[in-house]
Order: sequence, then C-alpha cells, then structure tokens
Amino acid sequence: MILVVAEQREGKLNRASWEAVAAGQQLLREANIAVLKIVVLGRAVSALANELAAASSAGVIAVENQSLGTYTPDAFVQALRQIVTTESPQFVVFPHTYQTRDFVPALAAAMDRAVVTDAIAIRNVNGAPAFARPMFQGKLTADVVPEGPTPHLVTFQIGAFRADAVARGASPAPITAAEATIDASAVRQKPEEPFQEVRQAVDLSQAERIVAVGRGIKSQDNLPLAEALAKALGAELAASRPICDNGWLPMERQIGSSGQTVAPKLYVALGISGAIQHLVGMKGARTIVAINKDAEAPIFEVADYGIQGDLFEIAPAIAAELQKG
Amino acid sequence: MKIAVCIKQVPTREWQPRLTEDKKWIREQDISYEMNEPDAYALEEALRLREKHSGEVVVCSAGPARVQQVIREALARGADRALHVEDAALGGADAFAAAAALADPMAEERFDLVLTGLQSDDQGHAQFGPILATRLGIPHSTIIMEVIADAGSVRVKRELEGGWFQYLSMPLPALLTIQSGINQLRYATLKGIMAAKKKEIKKVAPASAVASRQRIVALYPPEKAKQTVMIPGSAAEAAKELVRRLREEARVL
Repeated sequence: MILVVAEQREGKLNRASWEAVAAGQQLLREANIAVLKIVVLGRAVSALANELAAASSAGVIAVENQSLGTYTPDAFVQALRQIVTTESPQFVVFPHTYQTRDFVPALAAAMDRAVVTDAIAIRNVNGAPAFARPMFQGKLTADVVPEGPTPHLVTFQIGAFRADAVARGASPAPITAAEATIDASAVRQKPEEPFQEVRQAVDLSQAERIVAVGRGIKSQDNLPLAEALAKALGAELAASRPICDNGWLPMERQIGSSGQTVAPKLYVALGISGAIQHLVGMKGARTIVAINKDAEAPIFEVADYGIQGDLFEIAPAIAAELQKG
Repeated sequence: MKIAVCIKQVPTREWQPRLTEDKKWIREQDISYEMNEPDAYALEEALRLREKHSGEVVVCSAGPARVQQVIREALARGADRALHVEDAALGGADAFAAAAALADPMAEERFDLVLTGLQSDDQGHAQFGPILATRLGIPHSTIIMEVIADAGSVRVKRELEGGWFQYLSMPLPALLTIQSGINQLRYATLKGIMAAKKKEIKKVAPASAVASRQRIVALYPPEKAKQTVMIPGSAAEAAKELVRRLREEARVL
C-alpha cells in the first residue's frame, strides 16, 4: 500500500498535495502496488477529505484533532506515526514543502526508517523503484534507492509532477475517520500566528518581463548594469537569494522557494547558476534566457536561449541592441 | 550558554563534477572543498549568541580526515573547540548516517542549543537537523531567520513559503536549522587563524559502523527540460541574434 499525505493550510489544500497524489499514483504502477490511500490531518478536515475523494484511490483517511489545528512538528510526528503504523504502507508520499522539510525527517528518525527528499522522478531499477533527486546544487541528478525495512518515506519536489495528471475515480473514494491520540504536553513548540514581513510593494508575479541577477553580478556596484538592461526590456528587476541575503536588493525582489514564484513572458537570468531553490520560482516562465560564464550551470537546463560568456559585456550589448529599435 | 554548531565540508561552488568509473559517486581527488554555506551562517549566529549570553561554541563535524580544513576555519572564526567524528566512510554518507555518528558524542556534551545549516550544498537532503534532534530527544525547528534566547527557552522566527514568517518558542535544549542570510558573516582574522592552532579538536570514532539509509544507483548530469539554443559569437553578435530571436521567434518583445 501507498499512503499519500496531503498538506493543507487554513482549510485549503495546496497544489503540491495534488502533485503528491499524482506521484503516488505513478509509484503505484512502477512498484506494482495494489492500494493507494490519501490521508489529511487538521482540526476540521471533512471538506478537504471530500475534495481528495475525487482522486482515484482506495480511500481517504481524515484525521481530526485540536492539536493539529496549528502546525507543529511534534504533533504531526505523533499523529502520523500512529496512522502509518496502523496502515502499514510500503511507501509514504509527501510534497516537498517547508512544512514537510520540518517534520518528515523527524518522523523517519522516530520510526527508524529511510526517507528520500526532493524527488523529481520515479525510475524502475531491476523491478524496484528508485527516486531521482538533484544533488550538488543541481549539477548532478542521483537515482537513489531507500534501504532498510519499510515503510520508506519520499517527498516530491514542487512542480515535478502535474496536479492535472491526477487520475480521477469513477465515483468518490470512501472516506474514513481515524483517531490520533496526541499528548499536548509533549508538543514542545509553541507557534504564533504567521505573518508577512512587509506588504509586498512589488508584485513580481504580475510582471510580463523580468531581469534577475545572481552571484555572477559580483558586487552591488554592478547592479546599474542589470537595471539598464531591465529598463531597455521594459522589465522588473529581481534577484536570486544570495543577492537579497547580501542586502544588495530588498527581499521582496527575491525569486525562488523562499521568495516569489513568477511566470512572466520573458525571464532573463544574469549570472544565476540555477540552484533548485531558484528554479522552482521561475521555471514556469514562457521564455527563459540564461547568460552565464559557466556552460555547465544548471540554469541552462531550463533556458530556451543561452549565451555563455561575460555578463558584463553581454548585458550592455543587449541593451544597446534594443535601443537601436 | 553551551552551543554546538554542526558543519559540513562540501565541494566549492566553482567545482565541475567528474564521476567515478562506476558512475555512482564523484571523483573526490579532483575536489577542492569549503564550509557548507548555510552552516557558516549557523556558526556566525552561534558566535553572536555567545557574545550576548557568554558561554562556549563547539563546532561538530562528521567526516573523513579532510574535514579538519573547515573545522580549523570555524575555530579561526571564533569557535572555542571542536568535536570531529572521523571515519573515511562518512565522506559520502547520508544525513541519517551523519546524525547517527554525531548523536552519542554530542549527547554527552549536554548542549543547550544545537545549530546547523538548513541543508547541505552537496547532497542537499535537508534531513540532518530534524534527525539529529530526534536522536538527541530535543525539540527542533527549521529554516530559522532569527534566534532570541533566554534562560531555559528560545523564541525563533521561522521562514514559511512565499514571504511568510512565523514566530515560535520552545524549551532548551533545542536544535535549530539556520537559513542563509540570517546575519552578515565574519571572516577569520590572522589573529584568529593563529589562535585556532592552539584550540582543541577532539577526535572520536563512530560508535557503530557507518550505514546510510539510501543507496545511489546512478549519478548523471540532469536531463534537459528544454532544447536550449546556445547563441555563439562576440558579445555584440550574440546580443543582436538574441534580440532578433526574442522579437521574431519567441515574440516576447
């Protein structure tokens, strides 16, 4: 059996949960497993369970508990450990989100089981499933096989599977309620309300064109070169995380898993190597141009057009070319 | 306050991967190494907490003899002493094996706070922190952007997705994984480098054989998501051709 753990926030399923269901359904076929179930946890999840029942599965398990209302790793580990032990699946599948990064390795350690994180594809190696995952900042991909007793836990990268690829059932899957006993006194994290730092003054998700700068820009003093190119293209200026970490551009201009997710018509990556945390924020762009001195940089994997070379020469040349009309 | 910082030695960002004959691991003899960048931020945060609350900072690392390079660097930046769990097999080990190797000797030290980077720039499992916390029996939180410690507890700012944050509190001892950019890094001074030579590095062997929980069956360059048109020529020629294609082919200008 495969158990897919759906993720919700404030009563809404996130898209990554449907992607995890799609991944689980493919794993079912690859590993020749008969049964897939989906579990959803929270304070009140019946509406979400109904929504998930549309996917082709053997059933949806709804776990309701007051202690699961606001996420904490301790409560989620306690609850899921019980559900996984009862259901005894071969694989437990999750989306790879900031929330699962927080508790899934702890769940695996508590159960003394293997966990593969950030998987992008399922391979078949001699009849057994292996999971492809990026390593070395995306410079290499590894096919890995989890070892030791089952269940094996796997998290799938956002965007690696398509939410609209989820197979739907002819009729809704049965929903069952499951109890999880949570010792609230053993939940050590005391969370406060989530908040946004500043109202986003720049909504990059609405920008038609974006010029984004990375480490290759070398110094804050070189930013005017990127600004000039952005102006010539009628584009917004954005950046990868290290640029914002250094304070060269405000955090609100950061693209990637910790910043904004964008899908402009044109995305020009200047001196961005293309670590996965950045790619997840921009690979939905329609046309991607990458300019980088390193021909092996992972950004070229997702680029439509690439120029290998010195951005300090190429960016001004493009701006000049545009001004010719 | 007694603070541990777990650091990992990883290939430098400029490193171009070359594979071993069996295409299951990287050719280690070609690599130059550096401190995993998120761990450097964790170290800096520990040094700042020591400056505020006094106490000591102990740098902990699991790996082959070569990881002494980054341990020395951490000592030069200001850590007080080091714990090195040394075994050749730890070089390519996964997070499970590294946490298993460090758990017992770190438990003996009874740290108030354990910091480490949110993930490593090499294997990038992002698992080590929560696994080690579970083995130490202490609470944890991940992807932390601010640490406010007082007697017996810690309040932290955790990064959520898409520009959201959340504060949470937990009792000490606790483990936190630190996000890059939480602070501004300091670099080692000459005085620091000299002082580091006299600092203690305690070496221990792992209590049991190093055993990873995942086996790499193949390692290869990523498959291209797209057919990339590489535009050659001088800067001016490439620029002209790119603009033409963006206008006529992609129609985005």
